[in-house]
Amino acid sequence: MAKTVMDLAKGPKYVLPGTAACPGCGAQIALKWVLKALEGRTIFVIPACCTSVIQGPYPKSAFKFPVFNMAFAAAAATASGMARGLKILGRTGITVVAWAGDGGTYDIGIQALSGAAERNEDILYICYDNEAYMNTGIQRSGATPPGAWTKTTPAGKAEMKKNMALIVAAHGVPYVATASIGYPADFLKKIEKALSMRGFRYIQVFAPCPTGWNFPVDKTVEVAKLGVDTYVWPLFEVERGRLRITMRPKRRPLKEYIKLQKRFRHLTDEQIEELERAFLARWEALEKLEKQGTIFV
Amino acid sequence: MPTEIVVPVSLPSKAVVGRTGLWRVFRPVIDKDKCVKCWTCALYCMEDVIDEGPDGYPTIDYEFCKGCGICANECPTKAIEMVPEVRG
Amino acid sequence: MIQREESRGRWDIITGNHAVAHAARLARVKVVPAYPITPQTTIVEYIADFIARGEMDAEYIRVESEHSAMAAAIGAAAVGARTFTATASQGLLLMHEVLHWAVGARLPIGMAIVNRAVGPPWSIHVDHQDAISQRDTGWMITFVSSNQEALDSVLMMYKVAEDDRVLLPFMVCLDGFVLSHTFQPVHIPDQEDVDAFLPEYKPKHWVMDPDNPVTLGNLVMPDQDYMEMRWSIHEAMIKAKSVIKEVSAEFKDRFGRFHGDLVWEYRTDDADVIVVATGTLASETEEAVDVLRDKGESVGLLKIRSYRPFPIEDVVRIADGRKLLVVVDRSISFGQGGPLATDVRSALFTAGVDTPVVGFVTGLGGRDITYEDIAKMVAIAREKVRAREVRPVEWYKLKG
Repeated sequence: MAKTVMDLAKGPKYVLPGTAACPGCGAQIALKWVLKALEGRTIFVIPACCTSVIQGPYPKSAFKFPVFNMAFAAAAATASGMARGLKILGRTGITVVAWAGDGGTYDIGIQALSGAAERNEDILYICYDNEAYMNTGIQRSGATPPGAWTKTTPAGKAEMKKNMALIVAAHGVPYVATASIGYPADFLKKIEKALSMRGFRYIQVFAPCPTGWNFPVDKTVEVAKLGVDTYVWPLFEVERGRLRITMRPKRRPLKEYIKLQKRFRHLTDEQIEELERAFLARWEALEKLEKQGTIFV
Repeated sequence: MPTEIVVPVSLPSKAVVGRTGLWRVFRPVIDKDKCVKCWTCALYCMEDVIDEGPDGYPTIDYEFCKGCGICANECPTKAIEMVPEVRG
Repeated sequence: MIQREESRGRWDIITGNHAVAHAARLARVKVVPAYPITPQTTIVEYIADFIARGEMDAEYIRVESEHSAMAAAIGAAAVGARTFTATASQGLLLMHEVLHWAVGARLPIGMAIVNRAVGPPWSIHVDHQDAISQRDTGWMITFVSSNQEALDSVLMMYKVAEDDRVLLPFMVCLDGFVLSHTFQPVHIPDQEDVDAFLPEYKPKHWVMDPDNPVTLGNLVMPDQDYMEMRWSIHEAMIKAKSVIKEVSAEFKDRFGRFHGDLVWEYRTDDADVIVVATGTLASETEEAVDVLRDKGESVGLLKIRSYRPFPIEDVVRIADGRKLLVVVDRSISFGQGGPLATDVRSALFTAGVDTPVVGFVTGLGGRDITYEDIAKMVAIAREKVRAREVRPVEWYKLKG
């Protein structure tokens, strides 16, 4: 089933045109690619998030694959039940995917996610991270980066972004990866790797949101690339407890990323420098972890 | 009165919120002289409305294209221009 | 209970929890997501044991909370697997959000509730507040009075729940410690007999399947079918009343046991006074009825087995023409009164039956209520009616 990026550009449509997604929606790009990689052989659990609404209203749905809409906190638990049900019914070849935003993953959904990870349930959990509760109108989440404006942090969020991928990796699951819609080949490789494995697999994909981050709607992919290139969103994977950075871009100054997004427009130069130091520190920590060999068991 | 069980089950369909092409303020127009058929536009298109046309070039379904302009921004040969929508 | 002597299977002396575990095994449930909580704990332990010993072929999901237990049950049912879980008190309350989800999605999930009071303060003892708090969710709620009835009711309710006319989840409620941890003789049916009674679950209304992709539960606008979907759930509950009667009759035919269907009547024929009760207070009332009848009083028991759907017609039929109804609630809707009493009064008034109803709230937090207390409540009720002092709530056995 080895696919190329060309397979993500062409082929049958699973997200049918005419959805409710905003123009320039990063999440929908990620969803499109994941479905093409899965060829629709899947069942999705979708908790409350933007993707719940992107489907459009009953009696139609924009999604040409099985979707179970679920309560906000419960994505990973519901997916666990589905995977076990399919297993005992002898129905193979179907990937159960929990597809959640950062709210349903970092915050309200974290308990169910942690439980499913600890039990090593045979599911693929994909978090599309647009760094706030976007569906309810841009309120901060544990994934919101420091300094970012949201409707509940109008002066900019104070706290650092939760290091969710490492939190999941610390459960000792078979596979954890970060990805970005700015780097489709890297993303596809990680999806394929996840699909070749069994047990609990987690991919966290950077999905910029022009509506919530306040940047021009044609720049979504550019912002997704810049996030990686400025070390805001490092691309790495943790396979059987061993961390590997999968892309080492030539680092670009954080200012290039910041100035594109009006959610950061109130930041002073000093604050931007502080932010840059914080992200650089996280990068350096990753490099140290990479040298340690197997760290999560 | 409904006569049978009514379940919250929906069926797949295009145009779930109508002809989203009506949302556009700008439309992407592909210059086939500059286009090298790399399919980057189709890859990044968030609405999956860019397909291979009968002439082998990318063709855009304007009924649903939301005019976001990501295709134009990402096109490596700058073959796509965002042109103001003119109606009437 | 009516029990025929000859039937296959075997007798054992077991607790209510053990009986429930046997029922899940016999029902051939495929997925059991469960989280322990006193006094349900031994249910999930017995099931883990059955599976470990190869006596039960099921996926056991040791979830990390009750909310996740019900979410996982919903996931399993959504792909077409017969699913079972169990909980009590705080656990049931924690599940509340997703209880609604199981109903709206029309998933016939089975659950045992070991009734226990809710905190704060902590109480591990019996009352019905936990189950009653789920009254409006759309779950079918059945209360039992014996370990045998617990086992039999789980089997019967799977058949009811999976019926095409119903397709709603159910909870079978047994009193914490009084039944869950008390040993009683229980006849455990033969697996083949259960298989003949309860066929494999094969959902026809919808299922998650990549070969036939559908979306469950996306947004419904006001002018679309939300209200019709809710109507459909209520209709299913109403139809469930006849299905429960059919299935109870079939169970009696096959297994030789009858616990009543929506209700169980004991010595009501010529009774002036009817005591309405549920759970073990109902079996206690049978004792009280015998004692009072020996003293020459004309009393009978109307046991509510099916709390939801509420047996409006049976209550009206049995109440009509009597001198007095004494309702004993083991829970309370604060600011109104006992839930059973409220439902009984509503049923009677709507039908134009003006039998006086005295409603007691008692036994909360496990306060022990015996047949002697039931007899005292009957006496108090008679006095209240005589003195024209019938109030919305009578508290019985309150200190001070």
